[in-house]
Amino acid sequence: MASTVVVMTNHAIHAEGLTKRFGETLALDGVDLSVPHGTVLGVLGPNGAGKTTAVRILATLLQPDAGSATVAGHDVLREPDAVRRAIGLTGQYAAVDEQLTGRENLVLVGRLLDLTRAAAARRAEELLEQFGLTEAADRRTRTYSGGMRRRLDLAASLVGRPEVIYLDEPTTGLDPSKREDMWDVVRELTLQGTTVLLTTQYLEEADALADAISVFDRGRVIAHGTPDELKAIVGGRTLRVRPADPVDLADVTALLARVVGREPEVLKGHASVPVEDSAALAAVVAGLDARGIDVTELALELPDLDEVFFTLTGRNESHEMENVR
Amino acid sequence: MSNTLAPRPVPGTVDADRVTWWPWLRHALVLSGRSVTKMMRHPEQFFDVTLQPALFLVIFVYVLGGAISGNTHDYLQFVLPGIMIQTVLFSTVSIGVNLSTDIKEGVFDRFRSLPIPRSAPLVGATIAECLRYGITIVVSLAMGVLMGFRTSTSPVSVLLGMLMVLAFAWCLCWVSIWLGMIVREAGSVQGLGFLALFPLTFGSSMFASADTMPGWLQTWVKINPVTHLTDAVRGLLTGGPVAEDATIAALTSAVILAVFAPLAVRAYRRKA
Ligand SMILES: Nc1ncnc2c1ncn2[C@@H]1O[C@H](COP(=O)(O)OP(=O)(O)OP(=O)(O)O)[C@@H](O)[C@H]1O
Ligand SMILES: [Mg+2]
Repeated sequence: MASTVVVMTNHAIHAEGLTKRFGETLALDGVDLSVPHGTVLGVLGPNGAGKTTAVRILATLLQPDAGSATVAGHDVLREPDAVRRAIGLTGQYAAVDEQLTGRENLVLVGRLLDLTRAAAARRAEELLEQFGLTEAADRRTRTYSGGMRRRLDLAASLVGRPEVIYLDEPTTGLDPSKREDMWDVVRELTLQGTTVLLTTQYLEEADALADAISVFDRGRVIAHGTPDELKAIVGGRTLRVRPADPVDLADVTALLARVVGREPEVLKGHASVPVEDSAALAAVVAGLDARGIDVTELALELPDLDEVFFTLTGRNESHEMENVR
Repeated sequence: MSNTLAPRPVPGTVDADRVTWWPWLRHALVLSGRSVTKMMRHPEQFFDVTLQPALFLVIFVYVLGGAISGNTHDYLQFVLPGIMIQTVLFSTVSIGVNLSTDIKEGVFDRFRSLPIPRSAPLVGATIAECLRYGITIVVSLAMGVLMGFRTSTSPVSVLLGMLMVLAFAWCLCWVSIWLGMIVREAGSVQGLGFLALFPLTFGSSMFASADTMPGWLQTWVKINPVTHLTDAVRGLLTGGPVAEDATIAALTSAVILAVFAPLAVRAYRRKA
């Protein structure tokens, strides 16, 4: 028991050797995870990597074939109710009742968490406000947009003020401004000391939110580290500039080459070059300004998942394009 | 409980905000509230329980009643308890279909991640069913009264008769739930349920007294629990012996419950 105590005090989530098989598919193949209290773990992986399976096991929705996990100090297999009391789950697909209103959904969850009628109503009101759903509160969620439904789903998982929260691809399918909103919510949660496990297919998102990143591939953790460590492995950012007028492209290319000291790649009306730090961005902006060149795109980008996977696995097809569900 | 694990103190949440009595039953009751709300949002499902007894009463009383009993009023007095029971029994079929589609809804992932018993939504749904059966029973009786049906016993006795029908239907609804959980296609539960209910209802003393039937059929009618239920309820509504039939009906429904409720809960927990 002594080792469990250590785990309890140090880690909000601790999993060892999680294995899960669905028929022929080995969805998880010995996954280890550790998330210290109050931190964010980003689980990064392509379709079918096993992210959702891991989340469902840690949320007691599925039982692993092998391995063990504790969440908030409780064993997921032996004390599922204690785990459920400590967690909030925002799954990949919104877990809300389509025929109830937004408010009714939140009150229902509050009542099932043993809040009194009045307390459940108060908590629902608070969350509706916090997630900008006050106006839609008394409409059936069937009429909600995808983004609203996701926000309601997240609100529902926060009713009990859980100490650990799982967010399974919280921004997939959201437009960029809604994605920023979701990021703000996650940051707010961590400020309050909540431990977050977040799955995503975007390195950029994991980089923006996570204290540590675990990269999943075919049911295994193939890399783990801080965002900086990971970026050091997979290569830094790429600076991309697209001039408003294509005739300026040669000038832009020359400018980038001089500032960065590397030959940019020119493709379809834009020039891009790998950069070590964001100081290059300022120099490029100043240079463009001095030459009076208008740009339609100026971006500092992280490699996308395909590139990350190519670097980590040497395989070209990170996306198996599996149809889940 | 160790201190490091205690949930963070939360402003606005005090112990007085938490209810602790009988969590198991309370969770089921809260979830029955969800089922009732959904029921009320689909009032069309009350059309059939309203129209069906009305239609059957018209057909049986006005079309056949004269031929069977010599005059329509006598037949109405005879057949009303039967039509009430038939309507309620047929309405037990839908819970199996509804639950098996309900557990595929996204919200069940929410229920699974909450600290409530896995069967709470199931128990909640059966509690809500009681309301539906109650409405069905009252509507059937009211239709009869509108057409001239009169009880000839005490109000307590009438109420007992209605409760008996409700209890029998509630026990039977576990068969429907079990079917809904083990049958692959939810739609086929409807077909199966109706198929089983035809011999149970028409092959009983609901529409005609058993004495008029051929021997082989009498044998079935006499062992059919629905016959005993019908005769007991008839006694409770319009007078006559009750005790023996009521006992047999109560025992049968208890057996149905004892067999099918565990089966249904087990199948449900495996699926939900
Ligand atoms: N219930 C199930 N039955 C059969 N196979 C399943 C089931 N759930 C998951 N799988 C399979 O397990 C593997 C891992 O799936 P999982 O949903 O965990 O991946 P994921 O990383 O969440 O993918 P995505 O990014 O598409 O959500 C996939 O090959 C998937 O097809
Ligand atoms: Mg997934």
